[in-house]
Formats: sequence, C-alpha cells, structure tokens
Amino acid sequence: MDRLTLVLWIFDSVTGLGLLLLAGWALASPQLFRGIILFVAFSLMMSIAWVRIDAPDVALAEIAIGAGLTGALLLAALSRLGDSEPTQESMNRPIERSYRARTFRSLTASLLAAVAVALVFLILALPGDSEGLGAEVAASLDASGVSSPVTAVLLNFRGYDTLLELLVLLLALLGVWSLGGLPAQPVSPAVLVLDTLARILIPVLLLSSAYLLWAGTHAPGGAFQAGAVLGAAGVLLSLAGWQVRQRYTGVTLRLLLIAGPSLFLAFALYTIVAGQSLLEYPPQRAGVMIVLLEVAATLSIGTTLAALFVAEGPRNKEGQ
Amino acid sequence: MILSDYVAAVLLLVGVFFFLAGTVGLVRFPDVYTRLHALTKSDNVGLGFVVMGLAVEAESWFVVGKLLLIWMLVLLAGASVAHLIARGATQRGVRMWTD
Repeated sequence: MDRLTLVLWIFDSVTGLGLLLLAGWALASPQLFRGIILFVAFSLMMSIAWVRIDAPDVALAEIAIGAGLTGALLLAALSRLGDSEPTQESMNRPIERSYRARTFRSLTASLLAAVAVALVFLILALPGDSEGLGAEVAASLDASGVSSPVTAVLLNFRGYDTLLELLVLLLALLGVWSLGGLPAQPVSPAVLVLDTLARILIPVLLLSSAYLLWAGTHAPGGAFQAGAVLGAAGVLLSLAGWQVRQRYTGVTLRLLLIAGPSLFLAFALYTIVAGQSLLEYPPQRAGVMIVLLEVAATLSIGTTLAALFVAEGPRNKEGQ
Repeated sequence: MILSDYVAAVLLLVGVFFFLAGTVGLVRFPDVYTRLHALTKSDNVGLGFVVMGLAVEAESWFVVGKLLLIWMLVLLAGASVAHLIARGATQRGVRMWTD
C-alpha cells in the first residue's frame, strides 16, 4: 500500500466512524439543542464524505439544505418550544415509562433493526463491479439539452422525480400553514452587527444563487442548490428583523411558491398533448425548457424554504 | 519538491497549528467568552495561513482570488457570529469567568 492510499484510507475511516458517532450522539442526546448542533456537524461531515467520493452536487445540496437550512429550521422550532429542555435534576431521575410506551419502543427498535438488516443484505447482494447507469446517461446526454449529466438526469431523464420533490416541498409549507402557522416571533431590537452582516451578505448570496443556477447546466449546481442559497438569504433577512411589506405577501408570494411546480406541470401537459410521453422534451427545445424550469424552481424552492423558516400564517408573513 | 512546495508546506503547517491551538482552547477554556476568543483566532489566522499555503500552489491568479474571497467571507461571518454568540450569552446573564 503506497503512502497516498494509506492517507486516504485513514481519512475515509475517520470520516466513516465520525459519521456513525455523530449520528449516534445526535439521536441519543437528551438536550435538544445539543442534538441539533450534533446533527449540523453530522451534515457537514456528510458533505465532506460526498466530496471525497466525487459527488459535488450532492455535497452542495447536503451543506446548503442539510447543514444550513434544516439546522436553522430545527433551531427555530426549538426556540418556539419554550423551556422544555431537561434540567440537570430531571436528567438524573430515572425515567418511568408505561407498559404501552415500552412496548412501542421495543416494536420501533425491532422494526428499525429489521430494516437495517435488510439494507445490509441488499447492499451485499448488489453486483460489486456494476457500471451503473453512467454510460447510458453519457450516451444520451446530447439529446438532453444540457451538458451536466446530473442536471440532465434531474430535469430531463427523471424530471418526474423532481416534479414530485417540488410538490412535496410545497405540501410541507401547506402543512405548516394549515395548522394556522405559528405565532410571530417577538421582534428583538435590531442588532447592528447582524444588520450590517446581512447588508453585506445578501448581495453575495443572491449572486451565488444566480451563479449556481447558471452553472447547473454544465457543472455542479442547479435549482435545488440555488434555491437553498436563496432561502438562506430569506432566513438571514428574517433573522436581522427585516419584514416583507404586507401587499407582497398575498398573490405575489403565492405565485412565487407555485411558479416551479406549475411550470413543470405545464410542460408535462404540453409534452403529452404534443404526442410524446410525460416530460419527454423535444431535443431541440430541451435546453431552453430546462433553463426555464430551473429558474422557476429556484424561485419556488427559495421562497418555500424561507417561508418554512418564518412559519407564520400567510396573512401575516415576513421573510422572503 | 521545489521551493514553493516547501513554502506551502510550512504555511499549511502554521495554519494547522492555529487550528489545533483553537481546538485545544475550545475544549480547555473555562467559559463561552474565552472559548470564542480561542476559536476566532484559529478561524481567522489559521484559515489565513491555510489559504496562503494553497495560494502558493494555486494554478492561476483566478484560483488565488477565489481562495482570498473564501477567506474574507469566513472572516466576516466568523467575527460577526462570534459577536452575536457573546452578545446572546451576555444578555442571558452568562457570567464571565474570573479566577
């Protein structure tokens, strides 16, 4: 084993073990705050692992959505839970659980163990030297309208999946809203440093979002990453105490939210009417259609994520 | 190895030393303010040395510019977030450590 292989082997072992440990700690932590921080650390390490196996697209999504936005969402949820953190005293007390709770816990544990065993068997049963679908994607890349294989798969070959993902995201926001949203956070006095930071970073975030969107057609990037950065800009604005004017939170907000899914559905209908199968773009127009879809999807994803963070009902909304 | 490789290696090692010192401080220091003090040093100076080390080995000036941009963004975010954490701690009445 030469020196570089050894170093990489050590690196992989540390990353793999670290991921398992962080996941275990995050789940086992009795304090929710600590659990969230460990989850964010897990996400950061996960994105390093993705970079290591040459999957920068997934790494970008993981770091923007997993570590960044999910972390912010969890912390925002925690701050609205109030003082439900266990104290030192309550943590030392032995927990008494009812018979039902214990049965439920053991059932959940055995179900999860069964799934884990099944997954291990499935992974072991996979052919080790499989080529995957990479060659097939590369062969039909010319017809996809873009030169990045990941974008080609996400928005052309498997556009159906991405359409459903967008709808899931919208559904999540509708779920939050249908609960009546959450009461407004008490407006804290403006912090000069945070305000200044937001003023400097917002243009940078908008630029990065636009760059990721543009890069998506030929390099790592794309609608989800760009949308996540856009959503982060909304989160930062909301944290710094900025609010959206009332008149933009009605129709404008809703149009932004449904722009991506509805354009997707329109293209799906168009392809069916034009006599092709669902979302099978004509090759000569595929490039333009994908770019249009990505722009609309970015706007919708960014708005939805920021609205999820703000989590107030639609009538009284700040943020994005 | 040529001269620039050695220069890069030394700069990277100095950067790693700052990160190590910052981590030791984070683990060993007694309260949130002193820990922030240790952490921001490693973020600001440590990353600065790592960026310089990588810049020496960079293929083009374009890459050097990108690296500097990353460093500046981390400086900005690190300093601001450290301030916000310390501010939050003060407002919640976290006392400063006194011997």
